[in-house]
Amino acid sequence: METVKLTIDNKQVEVPKGTTIYKAAKKLGIDIPVLCYMELHDLGVENKPAGCRICVVEVEGRRNLAPSCSTACIEGMVVKTHTTRVINARRTVMELILSDHPKDCLTCPKSGRCELQDMAIKLGIREIPGQEYAEMSTYRKDFSPSIIRDVDKCIMCRRCETMCNEVQTVGALSAVNRGFMAVVAPAFEQDLEKSPCTYCGQCVAVCPTGALTEVDHTAKVIRAIADPNKTVLVQTAPAVRAALGEEFGLKPGTLVTGKMVAALRQIGFDYIFDTDFAADLTIMEEGTELLDRLTRFLDGDKSVKLPILTSCCPAWVNFFEHNFTDMLDVPSSAKSPQQMFGAIAKSYFAEKLGKKREELVVVSVMPCLAKKYECQRDEFKVDGNPDVDFSITTRELAHLIKEFNINFEELPDEDFDRPLGESTGAAVIFGATGGVIEAAVRTAYEIYTGKSLSKIDFTELRGMEGIRSATIDFNGLPINIGIAHGLGNARKLLEEVRSGKANFHAIEVMACPGGCIGGGGQPLHHGDSSIIKARMEAIYREDAGKPIRKSHENPYIIKLYEEFLGKPMSEKAHHLLHTHYFNKKKDVYIK
Amino acid sequence: MHLLVCGGTGCRASASDSIAEKLKAELAANNLQDEAQVIQTGCFGFCEKGPIVKVLPDNTFYTQVKPEDAPEIVKEHIIKGRKVERLLYVDPAKKQKVEDSKHMGFYRKQMRIALRNCGFINPENIDEYIARDGYQALGKVLTELDPQQTIDIIKKSGLRGRGGGGFPTGIKWEIASKNKADQKYVVCNADEGDPGAFMDRSILEGDPHSVIEAMAICGYCIGASKGLVYIRAEYPLAIQRLRIAINQAREYGLLGNDIMGTGFNFDINLRYGAGAFVCGEETALIHSMEGLRGEPTNKPPFPAERGYMGKPTNVNNVETFANVPPIILKGADWYSSIGTEKSKGTKVFALAGKINNVGLIEVPMGITLREVIFEIGGGIKNGKKFKAVQTGGPSGGCLTEKHLDIPIDFDNLIAAGSMMGSGGMIVMDEDDCMVSVAKFYLDFTVEESCGKCSPCRIGNKRLYELLDRITKGEGTLEDLDRLRNLSHVIKDTALCGLGQTSPNPVLSTLDNFYDEYVAHVVDKKCPAGQCKSLLRYVIDPEACVGCTACARNCPVNAISGERKKPHEINPDICIKCGACYEKCKFDAIRII
Repeated sequence: METVKLTIDNKQVEVPKGTTIYKAAKKLGIDIPVLCYMELHDLGVENKPAGCRICVVEVEGRRNLAPSCSTACIEGMVVKTHTTRVINARRTVMELILSDHPKDCLTCPKSGRCELQDMAIKLGIREIPGQEYAEMSTYRKDFSPSIIRDVDKCIMCRRCETMCNEVQTVGALSAVNRGFMAVVAPAFEQDLEKSPCTYCGQCVAVCPTGALTEVDHTAKVIRAIADPNKTVLVQTAPAVRAALGEEFGLKPGTLVTGKMVAALRQIGFDYIFDTDFAADLTIMEEGTELLDRLTRFLDGDKSVKLPILTSCCPAWVNFFEHNFTDMLDVPSSAKSPQQMFGAIAKSYFAEKLGKKREELVVVSVMPCLAKKYECQRDEFKVDGNPDVDFSITTRELAHLIKEFNINFEELPDEDFDRPLGESTGAAVIFGATGGVIEAAVRTAYEIYTGKSLSKIDFTELRGMEGIRSATIDFNGLPINIGIAHGLGNARKLLEEVRSGKANFHAIEVMACPGGCIGGGGQPLHHGDSSIIKARMEAIYREDAGKPIRKSHENPYIIKLYEEFLGKPMSEKAHHLLHTHYFNKKKDVYIK
Repeated sequence: MHLLVCGGTGCRASASDSIAEKLKAELAANNLQDEAQVIQTGCFGFCEKGPIVKVLPDNTFYTQVKPEDAPEIVKEHIIKGRKVERLLYVDPAKKQKVEDSKHMGFYRKQMRIALRNCGFINPENIDEYIARDGYQALGKVLTELDPQQTIDIIKKSGLRGRGGGGFPTGIKWEIASKNKADQKYVVCNADEGDPGAFMDRSILEGDPHSVIEAMAICGYCIGASKGLVYIRAEYPLAIQRLRIAINQAREYGLLGNDIMGTGFNFDINLRYGAGAFVCGEETALIHSMEGLRGEPTNKPPFPAERGYMGKPTNVNNVETFANVPPIILKGADWYSSIGTEKSKGTKVFALAGKINNVGLIEVPMGITLREVIFEIGGGIKNGKKFKAVQTGGPSGGCLTEKHLDIPIDFDNLIAAGSMMGSGGMIVMDEDDCMVSVAKFYLDFTVEESCGKCSPCRIGNKRLYELLDRITKGEGTLEDLDRLRNLSHVIKDTALCGLGQTSPNPVLSTLDNFYDEYVAHVVDKKCPAGQCKSLLRYVIDPEACVGCTACARNCPVNAISGERKKPHEINPDICIKCGACYEKCKFDAIRII
């Protein structure tokens, strides 16, 4: 590899050609402050618009200061990273950025986790000269079911654009207007709701300020618990337990399932259930659907649509409803675990309690922002009453726990309630990319072949590669599996399917990089993608430790079918656990 | 005989089309259509006195011609051979009529290379361009020279980019030629955006083929078969003439495949800019052409390495291209004999402001500002005193009396605290407030910043606010320090040329007119009397006769007083419109 030698702050360093000054300095242990810059190493994503100008450094022989994040090292270069000139420039630029930023830190949802706030502290900003007569750029707030855009707080770092356009290929966000009035917005300055936004929340996950945040439902949840006429059920998604601990200073990848249950009980939820139960149920329905399509296909039925696509991920559902409207009959009709749980909770479980569905409030804790939208969809309501009332994120739950003054670390491990709290290892791995399809394979294999699996772990389906494929031998029948995480990868894979290039029987898609563990509602990773890997390891650890690891062996699932649903894909199951999809393309850009 | 009627945008706005029609009709009526020809040309440059009609071969220069003058011009000049005296240009200094345009002060010191055909040929007729040695340079290059030899000529000529940067053109071409790629592009930057500048527009309107020919030469040199002209959509006439010219060149086989049978392929397409100043910056221009947001990106990579569609791209300005064919034909030595040591050739300037001869001029590098302003420009309007000249548009600075004798070139202007820019030159007199001038330019850059980098997006806005406060009398001495620090930081940290130069009008006025700033912030006075907030209109009771003219004309009834007794202005109501000042016949209104 070709290398270049240069001097940074009087220290020699040799780096591969093309390395930026910022990275070369990092190698020397020199910390150059960066604001707009973001690198998600494991995803191959680098955002370096060189827009904030905080990371500027002095390069000998250059007229002006150079942005270290995007200036490549050159042989013999002499760089100074913290001269008076540089420090003064950084401070002045920071003062400028703050002069056009609202000062409502007290009530800002990002307060304490705001990278702009941190930078202001780091650069020692104590006043903003001329603030009293400095005009602020203002823009209307945009409220969608999942995401709030408060672009007065936008600092034009463009990270959201990179995520939305390059990683997710959704194309909902880009810069509009000029100069002082420039903001990031959907095309034609439409509201997010009228844009192709999937609510995946990856923009929220990377936003350094409070410009993009989730819609907060914690107040509504507290009110529901406080209401004596309501029975409040909570369900927690698999990925939450692998990340919640981070909000309390625990190492990424620490599993906190038991503490989470204890905390929820202390907060006052009446029943602490697990979305994992519904994940097992999803496998029963989706796995059966796969086998049904497969069998009919092998029998020569030409009307069968293969591959079957998973439908657990609501952002992914939104994505194909916008972008693959010609393929709406291809995905599985199975509802997502969140919605299956709601449907069962407000029917089967309500009956058991002898309560009306209106007396029940179902809260979900999700690593996801699209779930907030999903639970509000009309098809998931009965007479206007939603199956799931409120969906809150991992971050919101952490906030609730703190608000209730619960010492999280000291909590004992507690168990979920029965019956909707029992789950298998197959359900836990729903949280990581490849997990849903692995869970489906574990069940489909045994049902199809009638044999017991000798090896439960399908490691060939795991990993962080954006698009993966594997062939699983179903007793002589090779089943081709495709996996994509990140909507950009999903688009690539789907286009191959559409053009007939790819030949898969089943495809799993997760909208967020890494799967739900990397969801838009998870604790902020602040650009450190190794955190996502640690969460993934935790998920597989949880699975390995579970006594039952195949969904169809979950005793409460078996009981549910016996007592209530009959069999998978029965009429009742169809009514409660399956859905259909809509062409959303036509909704976009029509005011 | 030839009657040249100016067909530039300015003269057309004053009915020059109709003048040409009338002249043609009048000639036909007198059966003279075969004897005298009416030709609509590009801009003559002397826009101050337009519409212009020039009669050849005797160089008679008629100014401010109206359509109804046509019969007289034909009857008197063409038929009887007598000049129409009342339409001749009058030298303001000597008060004498000038019969031959060569003797006009406006033209005497000019040297026209880029504008060689403007005001001379019909830009919509390729034959007229060819008759003036058009496409000979392309022919010579394609048949006698290899690309490197051609690049060497351009390098040796010393031609530097006329868009503002002043980068050596030959070196730019050489870099692009050395980068290997399956496809390369030649781009002509015609996104002229400086306020008051119309150099590129005039060249494209008056001589589009010179740009087309030069682009083809450049394509041959760097190995590109495709050319693109990025032109602002606000230039409809230039677009129209460029389109006609491209089509004619295609018909003549001067664009397209196998040009002149040499196997060289080159064609040109147009791309329209939507009016963003920043798109004149080459990376932003390229992104705009690609259909992306017109935003600059960090350089390197330079376009010569990774430009339009990721391919090596050479971007030159219109005026730069217009210089290329004469250099090829007359040689590098001829060109480099003109100008100063490091700035060769000529430069086109758009003269504007408080100057007698507003218009477009082309002068050799090395000429002094004094020659340009007082000889070519005819001095300051209404006998007022020269105060400053702003060069380089929003990126440039204001130069003063003490800079008048420095030879104009790229490096001298930068050393003096301004820059060449694309060639705007705005002259200011004693009535111009320099704080307001700086504010005007900042208003422009605030509007035109793309918003990508924080120093330009927010910093320019804050500079503007500070200047606004100063002109309103709300500024402090501390504000002046802030202005200076902020200006330096913006220059030091902004992403592209726009932000890196936008504080120049502030810094140059702070340097050269510091006292004027101090007067605003300390004495709360505007010495030029331009900042309304700092003015007060009062009536001198000694001089006032109580005629009531002021009170009757005051739009806000701020003036009171009995007939034949001194009147008074209520400063709380007065909006400082100056109506009373205009109407008073007794000089009783004072501005303090």
